[in-house]
Amino acid sequence: MKQTTEEDIQESSVRVNSILAPYRVLDLTDAKGFLCGKILGDLGADVIKIEKPGGDPDRNIGPFYHDIADPEKSLYWFAYNTSKRSITLNIETADGKEIFKRLVKKADFVLESFPLGYLTKLNLDYPVLSELNPCIIVTSITSFGQSGPYRDYKSSDLVASAMGGLVYICGDADRPPVRISAEQAYLHASVHAAGGSLIAHYYRELTGLGQHVDVSVEEAMVWTTMYTVPYWYTAQRLFPRSGNLQTRYGSTYRLMFPCKDGYISARAYTGLTFGPWQTRLVKAMAGEGMADDLIDIDWEALSFEGQPKEEIDHWEELMLNYFMKHTKAELHEKARQYEFALFPSNTPRDIVEYRQLAERDFWVEIEHPELADTLRYPGDVFKSEPALGRMMFRTPLIGEHNEEIYRGELGFSKSELVILKEANVI
Amino acid sequence: METRRPLEGLKIIDFTWLISGPIACKFMADYGAEVIKVESNSIPDNIRLTTPFKDNIAGVNRSAMFANYNSSKYSLSLNLNHPKGLEIAKRLVAWADVVVESFRPGMMKYWGLDYEELRKIKSDIIMLSMTMQGQTGPFNRQPGVGTHLQALAGITHLTGWPDREPAGTPIPYPDFISPWYIVVATMAALDYRHRTGQGLYINISQLETSLHFMAPSLLDYMVNGRIQSRRGNQHPYAAPHGVYRCRGDERWCAIAIFTDDEWRSFCEAIGRPSWTKESKFATFLNRKGNESELNRLVEEWTLTHTAEEVMDLLQAVGVAAGVVQNGQDILECDSQLQHRHHFWVFEHPETGRHVTEVAPYRLSRTPGEPRWAAPCLGEHNDYVCTQILGMSDEEFVELLADGVFE
Repeated sequence: MKQTTEEDIQESSVRVNSILAPYRVLDLTDAKGFLCGKILGDLGADVIKIEKPGGDPDRNIGPFYHDIADPEKSLYWFAYNTSKRSITLNIETADGKEIFKRLVKKADFVLESFPLGYLTKLNLDYPVLSELNPCIIVTSITSFGQSGPYRDYKSSDLVASAMGGLVYICGDADRPPVRISAEQAYLHASVHAAGGSLIAHYYRELTGLGQHVDVSVEEAMVWTTMYTVPYWYTAQRLFPRSGNLQTRYGSTYRLMFPCKDGYISARAYTGLTFGPWQTRLVKAMAGEGMADDLIDIDWEALSFEGQPKEEIDHWEELMLNYFMKHTKAELHEKARQYEFALFPSNTPRDIVEYRQLAERDFWVEIEHPELADTLRYPGDVFKSEPALGRMMFRTPLIGEHNEEIYRGELGFSKSELVILKEANVI
Repeated sequence: METRRPLEGLKIIDFTWLISGPIACKFMADYGAEVIKVESNSIPDNIRLTTPFKDNIAGVNRSAMFANYNSSKYSLSLNLNHPKGLEIAKRLVAWADVVVESFRPGMMKYWGLDYEELRKIKSDIIMLSMTMQGQTGPFNRQPGVGTHLQALAGITHLTGWPDREPAGTPIPYPDFISPWYIVVATMAALDYRHRTGQGLYINISQLETSLHFMAPSLLDYMVNGRIQSRRGNQHPYAAPHGVYRCRGDERWCAIAIFTDDEWRSFCEAIGRPSWTKESKFATFLNRKGNESELNRLVEEWTLTHTAEEVMDLLQAVGVAAGVVQNGQDILECDSQLQHRHHFWVFEHPETGRHVTEVAPYRLSRTPGEPRWAAPCLGEHNDYVCTQILGMSDEEFVELLADGVFE
């Protein structure tokens, strides 16, 4: 397993060789934008998290390390702020503004997710920053975008998922629709923000010109709804929520089955493209004498359309009998051997123990000296040849890099730093 | 605003199919990249065969989802199992900056189009491979679709009600995570090439990108040994927090209250100021402790209003509330999405009227909207061969007769 120690962070060659090594990112975001800066940082950019004195309020999002509620122990913060440095800075003060402007002059990207108008009020919005540095790319992540009738509306993961359309199609038919029980909306918006920022960067490399990238969380969630809009405009139908059943092609079929020790995701497949999966599943069932008459069906020649309910029920009953004989892990192994589409419904523990991830060296261990512990993290999403990913490094403590940036880079004296701290600037 | 698109001049070959890869390449096409989508008549992109179809009539050029995920692209139908088809593919590689593919591991190598071979054709080529579980590892070739993959990623387990079977989402949800990462990877690799002159091969696993969206629950297990589970619409530190039935059939509004200020504003706005003084609701801990009663009372009020009224009334006092929007709401009623021009409608001579979405970001200086409708299969065979590859008409017709575009 890859390990990142404190020495690695100091190892400058790691940074020089990585993909976005030359670029500096000033990251002022709250939870709406954490993942954006993390992606750029994990790719090698020098990301400086600018926190309010005392720390970003979203350090209070749980769960916490050993359930100790402490801004330095938020696992949510840990998950989405690796590979960043941290300084504290109050940009509402005159001194803070000046310091921020000095940093902007030497930066390549600014990421922010303040309520609309906040930076304008401070005279630090895109028009002002682009005058200081015409190359700067400012990326704003807001709930609904920089303008429009909902621009000042409040939002949250649930509200964004609801307005974006994902909630309407999720959950059991006889209960209210649901969101995914793990926050999603800000993560979607954050990865889009990284993409949009880098598209703007591509243009900047050609022309030398920066610009303002305006990301909407609501719009990001609309991009997760698939059938919703097509169903409406092609036939004025509303795609319904139906739990783990699905009704398409005029038939209702299962997307999930119980098995011996949990649940698995699978379905009956027909047709030229996906029918072979069913043929192979049935072959696996037949190997244990459980396929019954399914072995006689030509799944590739068959169409789901117009299948009587009793027929589909019959297939699913035989499949269920087979699944109930086996554990999720056994069924997944069968699916691997026979090459059909079936995955276990994994809990977090199953995922951590999944051997595919271990064999791909997915997990990264990061040393946390402040906790006297080493924690495991989901690792690189980009595997490259030649390998250019950077060793992901520990999330910063509040203002951990104040000395480094304020003294080392901006040239403040030790006594000036004390004054700035007393004046609640840093 | 300038007229030039940010990715003008960028050349991409899109060998991807279904959802994830096509959306990523569409974003880049909308932003100005020249994207040639390569399929074949015998094996078209399977999303072309997926319902719903325009006017409910099946046809390779009528799929609504294909229309959404492939705007601004050129379509080339190419038989890669024909030696001359393969030769055209290689000529395109020499033309391209980026090759994106999402076949099962091994397919590109089978055709002689793996990274090692592509580099021989163009030394600084950038290649991206995106599959369900990555190019390596014991499960790298296990087939499936995102609808099942969400279970492997733990999303299914975490969606639904605690007292019921997991529900999951009804869609291939991981297909709506990985494309955003493909855009990032492509742009980052292009910057690397620009600075160093070196190409790059990047492989992405849909499972691994999805796991980053579940990271806090994974850390919670690894650090605290806790196995998080689905909890309907409950939120650990908000109450009321839920989806409430409103007046009408299947009309719902989401409400999320995090602070005491929001709670007070909420109670005043709905005409129940006394709730803030009742001890069972006065503090957050008590609201959490009496959450089911609270939810029932909130719903008694929402039932007497439309979802839009609930949203407007609560937003007016600074409380996060939003209509649980369905397809019609999103497409026809949401004035914010209209303001941002999220949806674009194209009339295509053969496929008719279709809707395509735009990426959820706007760049202030450079435009990035869809330029033309998703192409018919093979619509640009002639253009790609004669205009991009510079073939003579005779050569093109010969290849056509030879079955290269079948």
